[in-house]
Formats: sequence, C-alpha cells, structure tokens
Amino acid sequence: MTIPIRKFDAIIVGAGGAGLRAAIQLSEAGLKTAVLTKVFPTRSHTVAAQGGVAASLGNSEEDHWHWHMYDTVKGSDWLGDQDAIEFMCREANEVVVELEHYGMPFDRLDNGRIYQRPFGGHMSNFGEKPVRRSCAAADRTGHAMLHAMYQRNIKVNTQFFVEWMALDLIRDAEGEVLGVTAMDMETGEVAMFHAKATIFATGGAGRIYYSSTNAFINTGDGLGMAARAGIPLEDMEFWQFHPTGVAGAGVLITEGVRGEGGILRNSSGERFMERYAPNAKDLASRDVVSRAMVTEINEGRGCGPERDFVLLDITHLDPKTIMQRLPGIREIAIQFAGVDCIKDPIPVVPTCHYQMGGIPTNYLGQVVMPTSSGSQTNAPVPGFYAAGECACASVHGANRLGTNSLLDLLVFGKSAGASAVEYLKQAPRAHKPLPQEAIDRSLARLDRLNTQKDGASVHESRLAMQRAMQNHCGVFRFSDKLKQGVERIVDIERQIAATEIQDKSQVFNTARLEALELDNMIEVAKATMVSAEARKESRGAHVRDDAIDSAERPNGRDDKNWLKHSLWFKDGNGNRLEYKPVVMSPLTVETIELKTRAY
Amino acid sequence: MTNTAQKRMVQFRIYRYDPDQDAKPYMQDISVELESTERKLLDAIVKLKVQDDSISFRRSCREGVCGSDAMNINGKNGLACLTEIDTLKQPIVLRPLPGLPVIRDLIVDMTQFFKQYHSIKPYLINHDHPPERERLQSPEEREELNGLYECILCACCSTACPSFWWNPDKFVGPAGLLAAYRFIADTRDQATNERLDNLEDPYRLFRCHTIMNCVDACPKGLNPTKAIGKIKEIMVRRMV
Repeated sequence: MTIPIRKFDAIIVGAGGAGLRAAIQLSEAGLKTAVLTKVFPTRSHTVAAQGGVAASLGNSEEDHWHWHMYDTVKGSDWLGDQDAIEFMCREANEVVVELEHYGMPFDRLDNGRIYQRPFGGHMSNFGEKPVRRSCAAADRTGHAMLHAMYQRNIKVNTQFFVEWMALDLIRDAEGEVLGVTAMDMETGEVAMFHAKATIFATGGAGRIYYSSTNAFINTGDGLGMAARAGIPLEDMEFWQFHPTGVAGAGVLITEGVRGEGGILRNSSGERFMERYAPNAKDLASRDVVSRAMVTEINEGRGCGPERDFVLLDITHLDPKTIMQRLPGIREIAIQFAGVDCIKDPIPVVPTCHYQMGGIPTNYLGQVVMPTSSGSQTNAPVPGFYAAGECACASVHGANRLGTNSLLDLLVFGKSAGASAVEYLKQAPRAHKPLPQEAIDRSLARLDRLNTQKDGASVHESRLAMQRAMQNHCGVFRFSDKLKQGVERIVDIERQIAATEIQDKSQVFNTARLEALELDNMIEVAKATMVSAEARKESRGAHVRDDAIDSAERPNGRDDKNWLKHSLWFKDGNGNRLEYKPVVMSPLTVETIELKTRAY
Repeated sequence: MTNTAQKRMVQFRIYRYDPDQDAKPYMQDISVELESTERKLLDAIVKLKVQDDSISFRRSCREGVCGSDAMNINGKNGLACLTEIDTLKQPIVLRPLPGLPVIRDLIVDMTQFFKQYHSIKPYLINHDHPPERERLQSPEEREELNGLYECILCACCSTACPSFWWNPDKFVGPAGLLAAYRFIADTRDQATNERLDNLEDPYRLFRCHTIMNCVDACPKGLNPTKAIGKIKEIMVRRMV
C-alpha cells in the first residue's frame, strides 16, 4: 500500500484560536503551510468562549501588565513559569490591538476604545481590588475572535485541510519531529504530511470528564499523539472546574455574568462567597469559587429538590445591561436551564472546563523536554511547537484566570508561529527523510478497528472513563479514591485497546473517528489520574483531603517538596513520572515571591 | 427548573445514504428511549448512534455556537442542539440540508456554501497604516454590527433559499450577503465601493426575491433579508 506524501514547510494541526493565529504568522511570512483540522475552522471550540480576553489596556481605569502578571502568578498558585507569564502579560496589548485591526467587533466605550469588564482574580495594584481588564465582544468574544482570525486567514490565503483527522506524530530516531499522519474523513484516505516544522494547536481534552462545558471534539488529540511519540505531558493533574456550568446540561455561563454584577446564592438566598473570599467575593479565582460551591452543596445548602446546585442571580441587573452585555447568556439560560435570567436565577454547578497542563513548551512556543542524559530539563524538540490549551507554557500553573485562555492562544499562537518562521529561515534545507515506520503505527490502529472482534463498545468504554474521572479526580480529591482511580483507569485502558465498531465504511466514518479520539482521551485520562495521585499536596485546582494545612503549608500547599512541574511519560503500556523546577525568574522584573493565596 | 418532560420513547425516520455501501438513499425507521433530562434533538441523535454507530452527522459544541449540526428537521432547517424534542411531531423526520450534495446520511458537502462566503471577501479591508492602538469606533457605530457578526455559518438559511437552490454557483445566498453587509456596515472598513461592485450583477445579489425563508430558518434569530435590503438601498443611492 503506497501512502501519499504531502510536503510543506510547516503544518499546523488544529484551527481554533491558537492554530489560526499561528497560521497568520506563517502565511504572512510566505511559507508553504497546511492547516489540518477535523472540523471546519469556525466550528473549533474557541467559538464557545464568552467573557473576554485579558489585556491591561487601561481603557476604563489605570492598569498595568505587571499587575496582570502578579494576578496570573497568584492565580496559578505559584506553579506558573514567571518568564512565560511576564511574556504573555506584556504581549497582551499588542495581540489584542492586532485582533482589533483584523476586524474583531469588540464592544466600545463612549470614547471609541475597546470595552473592558471585570473578571475573576484580575485586580489592580497587586491584588487590591477588581479591575476592568477583560476586552469583550458582548458575551460572544470567542466567536467574534475565531471568525475574525479565520477571516484574516482567508485574506492571507492560508491553505486548509478541512475535516482531516491527524492520527500520529512522526518523529525520527534522533527525536526530530517531521510531521503527522492524517486521514481525510470524507474518503478515509490516509496521507503523510511531511514538514520541517509542526505546530500543535489541538485544544484541550475536557471530554475525559463526565460533566464538561467542552464540545464533543475536545478529545485531546494532540496530547495523545505527543504521548505515543514519547513526549511527556506536563501538570496534567490540574483541571479547572468552572463555577458556572448550567446544572444538568454542562453548558457554560460566563464569569462575565459575575463581572457584570451577578451573585451566587445558596438555598437561603445568602451571598455565600462573602464568607469564602471577603475581598473579591464572587470574583475570586475559579478554583476558590468552585470549592465554595461544592462545600455549600455538600453541607446541605444547595438548591432544588436534590439540593445539588446553587443559583446565579442577575435579576437585580437592568434588563438593558443584560440584553446589551449578556444576550447570549440569556439565550443559553432559556434554552438549557429553562429560565429567563432577567426574571429568575440560573441553576449552576462547577463543571470541568479547562486543562491547565499539556505538552510542555517554553514561552517561544517550542516543545521542550528533558534530554535522555538528564543534562537539560527544557531541551527544545527540533521542529516541534505547541500553543493554546494543548500546550503548557506554563502560564496557568495550578489554576487559570478567566480571559487568560484567549490571551494564551493569541500570544503563544503568535510566538509559536514566529519561532517556526525563524527556524525555517535559519535552517533552509531539504526535508529530512521520513522514518520507515512512520506510517506503521497509524495503519496498525486503523487495521485493528477494521478487524476487531468481540471488543468493547466505544460508547461504554468512554462513559466508564468519564465516570471514573468525575468520581475519582474531581473538585475535591481523596487519597484512597485517587489510588482506586489509577487502577480503574488502567482497567479501562485495556478495554479501549480493544474497542470494536460496527461501521466499516470508508466514507465519513464518525464511529471510527470516535474510536480514534478515544485512543487519545485515555492517554490524557491516565496522565491526569497518575499525576494527581502522585502529587501529595493541595495547590490551585488540585486539592486533596490528606494535605496538611499548617503555617508552613498554607492551604495544604507544600512548596518545600512540591513547587515543581509534573512530567508524565507514556512508557510502553506503563507510566513514568518525572519532575522539573518551576521557573521563578521573570524576564525583566523581580520574582513574585511565594505567599499565601487569599482573595 | 421547568423540566416537565418524562422518560419516553421517540420515533424517528432518518435519511440514510452511504455511497460506499448503498445503491441509493433510503429512510430508516428507528426509535430511542429518552431520559427526562434529554431534551434536545441532538441528545436523541447521539443516543441513536449508540444503537447504530453508522448513523452519521456532524456535531461539536452542542450549544448553538459552532454551527455543525444543521439539518432538515420535519421539513424545516435548524440546529439539532437547539431544537426541543417535545415540540416535534413524530416520527421526527431528519434529512440532510436541502440543495447541497450529500456526502453521507445527514452530512452535506458545504464547498459551494463556503465558496460563496469567501467570494464576498469576508475580512476587514482598511488601507491605512494600522495605528499603534485600536481603531476608534463609537458604541453606536459598533451597534450597527449587531445582528450581523453573530452568524455561525451553519447554512440553515442558504439551504432554505429557493434562489440558492437554483443558482448555488451564481447567487451569493443569504449567509454570504449577511457577511457582505457586516463589512459594509463596519465604519473601519474602506472597501464599500469595491464590495458593491462585487455584488452588482444579475445574480450575486439580485436573485434575492425576499421570500424570507432565511429569516425563518436562522437558529440565531438573524435577518439576512433585512441586510440584503440595506445593500440594495446603498446600491441604489450610489447610482443616483
């Protein structure tokens, strides 16, 4: 069987915010670039982001990138790398203004400048009081942004391969990345995309949890491909549970609702966040708010017949504000919660939302990993870049601030693209030969699906994985549950290695696609469970019952032993964990010193 | 929550066609039991796929912003994820969007639709050197874009439009024209004349006969007919 080879200077896998931003960089540099995407670009999950993108433009009040940096470090519970965080916060104004120049329809202030609203954890003057930093297009910021960037790509003539599913990363014996194998979903044709530079912008894997705000497509494809090719996954124990998913439906309600004045209430109508975060209240960091909500529910102060949700109340806001600033939220509340939020509060629960960890990169978007000799912890993998939710720069550390994800994908999409352009300019040369076995792994995976008998159902095994993640690795974590969780995931992994599909068609076979996605999800699930079980402290979104809260370990955070990044390796069918230090030195300013995190 | 729906059986008739296996398309009768919490059509179709994994459709965000799961539902175009099952007459008849080639089952080939969208140059054109900061726009000027920029490119409108069915290669269609007006209406864009020239032709704009199927079909409540009317108005004003 001859497999066609398509040659490009660079390929980008994924056409969400990060992929599209990287593509602009490469296309504008005139490089032969292919963007592979399993959905039409504007269907990517960036489209669902609502509340805004952070930048210290200072359009409504004084603001400074250094304050933004402080908030991000504090939000990360000091696990974020301070060089990358400084880089992101400094670049923010430029990338947001660029986006405006592309045509992004930001809301406006009376003086014509971009409208900004408050968001959780974003404060002025190093944590003093909430600041308006989130640049928004109503509550459809992600949609407006994704479309503006797709449109810009039409202008610069980017070549897209739409509805192509990337299967495996091609890496040669020296460890250099040479592209991917991929399948045309419409015809089932498999091809090798041979490139000098490969950028992953494949998004997160929120669908490994049972209850998630994420789209069906968020299956961690880039992480699965990277893990199978021997690249580690960093800090996978850190998952953000967004405080306000619609109870039962999981659909996201933006934190911008609280930015505009929304209040969380328990069964007695109490504004309970005043007890948990006296200063920031409803605008505390997401991990803090989600834990408060779960505590309220666990202690019997939840609402509804099962007392299993709390209420997000904006009935005191002017209906005009709601219609102007939160029109999409009103639609969502009517559609998925059956309430008109002008008149009634919205039932909400913390819902899995964002993957803080991912493929390790530096702030230039280069994928980095330890050398086999151990002499270097952050050695760039030649030819390989990653940006957006699939990557871990690490700017979010143990907990991401709202609006920093859209910023992350702009800043690091751009820097990954720019780094690839630099790399291609400096090393003009022919494509390295593809290793013989490059295609074998992908063909073996497809073959297995064609011939598997008496296997497990994709649906059943996926559900088992999602329930295991939800029950064993949720908002609060328990030592014994995590131990059982690791065993459970290993069992499920065995099932997933033998999934069986009935549909054998070559034409747009979505059953096969779901099975291939599940191969990726299980790697992410395993990395998450194993890394979480191993981390014996509480930090950011990872909070466990046996972490001791003392003067030396405030809130259970153990900086002496655990101020370090986890690196999970898929080792054959087993797991291996390594650790690397957190970068505490910013690029130009002083280190933001460790301190107890309170809002 | 105002959730009154109970556990129930729901009957479907689904258009099936796999060019790899089937000589011609056929309708499949199939039913599924739904829990009280499963309220949207997409919930049901996802569950049907558990029974029969060969049923093929696109889906992603399941909240009406990605535009993947547009289909013809009991004769009307809509998004499966925003359609309440209990408002639909049974058997619920599902067909692919009309007027576009079928790839498989409910999945259509949208090449022609996107070609028309691309043809209107759907990006901001401004020849001035970009300023250091954002270009200014008043809240009133920005408000002109409301009802235009929210399009999700699901194609419910264009594939409900008889003019698009007859001339998909020549008539831009409601989605493309809505996008054209989105840039004409943007005070930051400097290519209004060029955009109008691009549409001044017996087909590209003027095949719209204000049938208004597009308005009925739009799951986001947008009004392409109104936008088309505004383009025509500006064009007339330009001529006199």
